[in-house]
Amino acid sequence: MSLKLYDENFNSRFLIGTAQYPSPASLLEAIAASDAEIVTLSLRREAGKEQAGQQFWSLIKQLGVRLLPNTAGCSTVKEAVATAHMARELFATPWIKLEVIGENDTLQPDVFALVEAARILCAEGFEVFPYTTDDLVVADKLVAAGCQVLMPWGAPIGSGRGLNNPFALKALRAHFPHTTLIVDAGIGLPSQASQAMELGYDAILLNTAVAKAGDPVAMARAFNFAIRAGRSAFQAGPMEPRDMAYPSTPVVGSPFWHNGNA
Amino acid sequence: MKIHLNGETVITQHRDLATLVAALGHDADKVATAVDGFFVARQARAETALKENCSIDVLAPMEGG
Repeated sequence: MSLKLYDENFNSRFLIGTAQYPSPASLLEAIAASDAEIVTLSLRREAGKEQAGQQFWSLIKQLGVRLLPNTAGCSTVKEAVATAHMARELFATPWIKLEVIGENDTLQPDVFALVEAARILCAEGFEVFPYTTDDLVVADKLVAAGCQVLMPWGAPIGSGRGLNNPFALKALRAHFPHTTLIVDAGIGLPSQASQAMELGYDAILLNTAVAKAGDPVAMARAFNFAIRAGRSAFQAGPMEPRDMAYPSTPVVGSPFWHNGNA
Repeated sequence: MKIHLNGETVITQHRDLATLVAALGHDADKVATAVDGFFVARQARAETALKENCSIDVLAPMEGG
């Protein structure tokens, strides 16, 4: 079954960021290798006559992918709402990855401002993808505000620490069986992305782990495989862990050396 | 008139946002604007007067994660 985001379906469960790549060429190659159909991007002040923003925009258009603009860098409801409006006009999309940062060392979301901004934007017809913590009550309020997608962090943005609290992520999955859940932020290795998918998460959004890899293209491909593998494992129904050993080879008909009295 | 453009203080003779955006060399369709932290839609720029000490943001697409 495909990934459903609001009323649209996608084959890939890998959403990828567009920042920090060593070159524009590696950005294009890595995104192609990822098989991602959705990329995140941002808005910044356009300074100087070189119009760097327009050059980037031309580059991204070559990819032919769906755009998920974000409100990165916003720390108040007012900033996030204004940025969302600007993104909607510029990119002609109701999608917005809503980030309202509350603490600069961890880039932890200000969940109170996040919920308020989500409420405003959902009421205005935006399709909101909130970057949030793994807090269940906050998630409940975001869903009540109208969010059909939740994006809890695995770990702080850019940390590459993986899933800091698998228990909380598992609880979120159990509590919201019909809400699209995407782990956003903190993933450093393909195995960590696979772990999140094995928990039943619907997709992974990451950037730094690919862009800052020694070979971003190879790492994008590795994440692509890992996310697919994790999803397949979840669908296959993993076995329950057991405390004691259990022989995998049948014991019935064991040969003479198992008799113990030879 | 003194305004704050993308965080820098500048002097401008332009009276409205649309004229300012054009004078900066931007394609009107390829940037988004805000005045004093509030979004101003493309169609509303011409009727948005600039005022002394107002803060203008002109934003363009940029890489992001």
